[in-house]
Amino acid sequence: MSDRIKKFLDSGTLFVWLCGTAVAASLLMVGGVLLLIMINGLGFFWPHALVEMTLTDGTHVLGELKGEEVIPHSETPEFPEGKTRVRLKVGNRDLYGLDFRWVDTDQITSADFPKDVAAFERREWGNFYGRIREVSRGEAVVASGNQEGWKALQPLIERANDLHDEIEHLQRDVIGDINYEIEETRLRIRELGLQGQRETPEVAEFQADTNRLETRYRKHVETLRALSRKLDEHSVLLVETNGREKRLVVGQIVKALRPNDMGFFEKMLRYFMNFWSVLSEEPREANTEGGIFPAIFGTVMMVLIMSVAVVPFGVLAAFYLREYARQGLIVRVIRIAVNNLAGVPSIVFGVFGLGFFVYAVGGTIDNLFYPEALPTPTYGTGGILWASFTLALLTVPVVIVSTEEGLSAVPREYREGSLALGATKFESMLRVILPCALPGILTGLILAVARATGEVAPLMLTGVVKLAPALPLDHHFPFLHFERKFMHLGFHIFDVGFQSPNVEAAKPMVYVTTLILVMVVIVLNLSAVALRNYMQKKFKASAV
Amino acid sequence: MASSERSQDNNSKITVEETNFFYGEKQALFNVALTVPTHQVTAFIGPSGCGKSTLLRCFNRLNDLVEGARLIGRICLDGKDIYDPSVDVTDLRTRVGMVFQKVNPFPKSIYQNVVYGPQLQGIRRRSVLDGIVEKSLQGAGLWEEVKDRLHHSALSLSGGQQQRLCIARALAVNPEVLLMDEPCSALDPISTAKIEELLHSLKEQLTVVIVTHNMQQAARISDLTGFFLMGELIEYAATKTIFTNPSDSRTEDYVTGRFG
Ligand SMILES: Nc1ncnc2c1ncn2[C@@H]1O[C@H](COP(=O)(O)OP(=O)(O)OP(=O)(O)O)[C@@H](O)[C@H]1O
Ligand SMILES: [Mg+2]
Repeated sequence: MSDRIKKFLDSGTLFVWLCGTAVAASLLMVGGVLLLIMINGLGFFWPHALVEMTLTDGTHVLGELKGEEVIPHSETPEFPEGKTRVRLKVGNRDLYGLDFRWVDTDQITSADFPKDVAAFERREWGNFYGRIREVSRGEAVVASGNQEGWKALQPLIERANDLHDEIEHLQRDVIGDINYEIEETRLRIRELGLQGQRETPEVAEFQADTNRLETRYRKHVETLRALSRKLDEHSVLLVETNGREKRLVVGQIVKALRPNDMGFFEKMLRYFMNFWSVLSEEPREANTEGGIFPAIFGTVMMVLIMSVAVVPFGVLAAFYLREYARQGLIVRVIRIAVNNLAGVPSIVFGVFGLGFFVYAVGGTIDNLFYPEALPTPTYGTGGILWASFTLALLTVPVVIVSTEEGLSAVPREYREGSLALGATKFESMLRVILPCALPGILTGLILAVARATGEVAPLMLTGVVKLAPALPLDHHFPFLHFERKFMHLGFHIFDVGFQSPNVEAAKPMVYVTTLILVMVVIVLNLSAVALRNYMQKKFKASAV
Repeated sequence: MASSERSQDNNSKITVEETNFFYGEKQALFNVALTVPTHQVTAFIGPSGCGKSTLLRCFNRLNDLVEGARLIGRICLDGKDIYDPSVDVTDLRTRVGMVFQKVNPFPKSIYQNVVYGPQLQGIRRRSVLDGIVEKSLQGAGLWEEVKDRLHHSALSLSGGQQQRLCIARALAVNPEVLLMDEPCSALDPISTAKIEELLHSLKEQLTVVIVTHNMQQAARISDLTGFFLMGELIEYAATKTIFTNPSDSRTEDYVTGRFG
């Protein structure tokens, strides 16, 4: 008997099973995480049905059904399973104070999905669920009743959105440009002042420029006011399910939907539109509503800058360690140190980045090149460049290690073959060894990108903000503004999920942001992998 | 005996004078002295680890790469000491080409492999390079087989073709000496025959030194043969002499297959 057990153990079957189980468990966990994020994140875009309930006390509740659970400690002899309750998103924060509400199941007398209720997405206060009583222009009623009002409202909302776009364009592009130029001129004047020029013709010219710009500015502000007044022209009187009224300016409404009246394809269309608007729009309402475009942009750009910084740096270091340095105790110690660097908590790098890049390097740059802007720091404060550099520092060990592995995998025959043809060591490295080590280098890049996209802590010290006024890339020369602060998906998750005033309402946004962060990581990684495969194919035998 | 007589006269290409070679503490060559004549094929034979490769790699100073390697003695190419500090090593290596035991075309196209050396010398003109590629590949007997796919990867060739590509690559820089360290040990008999044939024609242009483990091969292709044992040059004479009438009994034992 024990013989058979021994045989079984020796055969390795048990070991194979153990290995398989470990793999399966890992896959299950990864899959579970992704599934959870997908379900919660992707569901967010779907136009949910609105349920209207009548309760035993005669009041009504209208909202999106969000879940059902057993009331804790509610088990009684009649209900051995316990009573249940449902959670509803009832919106109307301005009226109710809270977006969510629990309703005990046994309180509900009837529930229905009326086709005539609408969900209004507003620029403030979250959603409103209810019906329309009347639409008016100023004091005059244009349409009354739910049906008439709905028809009248749709084109008005469209027009209001167009107006909003126009206002936004005016504010951000036109007035933003003027402000930018005024600031630039101010700095020029200050610069001349620092050089001791105060009354020269040059200064006067700049002064005149400023005055011209300010006149233009005032004109545009006038236009802006006119547009805003137009937005306030129409208003709509809404009623919530219990009859309480609420007057809303149409300009406040982003969109109005009747989800119970929509077909599957209409919902599908709406789903993709919602998805797209989250990807492409700017956040609203303390980041809990609207889109996350600036955060996606900031994340990608930061990773790109980091890659550009980390690869040459890491590759040069690895080349030195592997090809030039004498392999001895010192190199071994350096190698161990580099490996351990990868294990240092990331916040430590953040502190270093703040102290070294931001204060020391940035401060010096400000003193030398931007004295006219002081005391407002230009580079002497957190910015996308410093954040990227900090992450580059954090990921450089990975690049060094994989480049070294790539280098050591280059066969000795290639080196000798190249030298035997009269190449110097440098020429051999450039023309034979580097191309052969490229897959290793790119593997390092892949690992670095994966690590850098997920890192948040060091960024909080070196340049990430909750809401950045401008993207680090725009049409003002020199286009890339490395000194600007930026938004980041990882930080966005933290901010929306844990720092926002209305955590419950922000929860879907957390999942959506997480989902998109995961997608960004995957896309960035896949592009690096594709790059590596392309390079590898270039150096492998072509299929003949 | 004609060959050994010739090696005494001015036709000597490489002269090795009382050379000792060390890998750190370990001595690999003991008082080796020999002369390699011009336009001849010289073969080095001997059991594994006897120092044949070491001596060969001394001729193009590839041993410089080995940490702790040290040479005491004198090796001259055309009468000039190649270990003299004034010698430009890269220049020496273009004069003394090498083909390795392990087939090592670079993971680039056939064309790029051949022009690698010439490009290092600063030749950039496309027409010149094209000419070099054709001539070198013809010299290595590979032109007809690859002329239609010069821009395919060198790694898509067969083992024998790859080795001939390595020869073409070495020929492309117009070397005066070609060192071959067991060039056929990884190849099939047909490829081996092709390379042996090649050696006969190469002899016209340059001097060949070849290391081989194959007695018949040495007998077939070489004019002179040196027999090494434990880092010592036991006997060095015309190939016919070595194989038919060796003066040292250890040589006789080795070539007749009684040991090694
Ligand atoms: N890089 C090195 N470092 C230290 N010792 C070496 C090195 N290369 C060779 N040797 C030693 O020098 C001696 C001669 O080696 P060499 O390679 O010249 O032999 P070989 O005659 O070419 O043998 P084989 O026929 O197996 O190729 C051997 O004992 C070997 O262990
Ligand atoms: Mg050898």
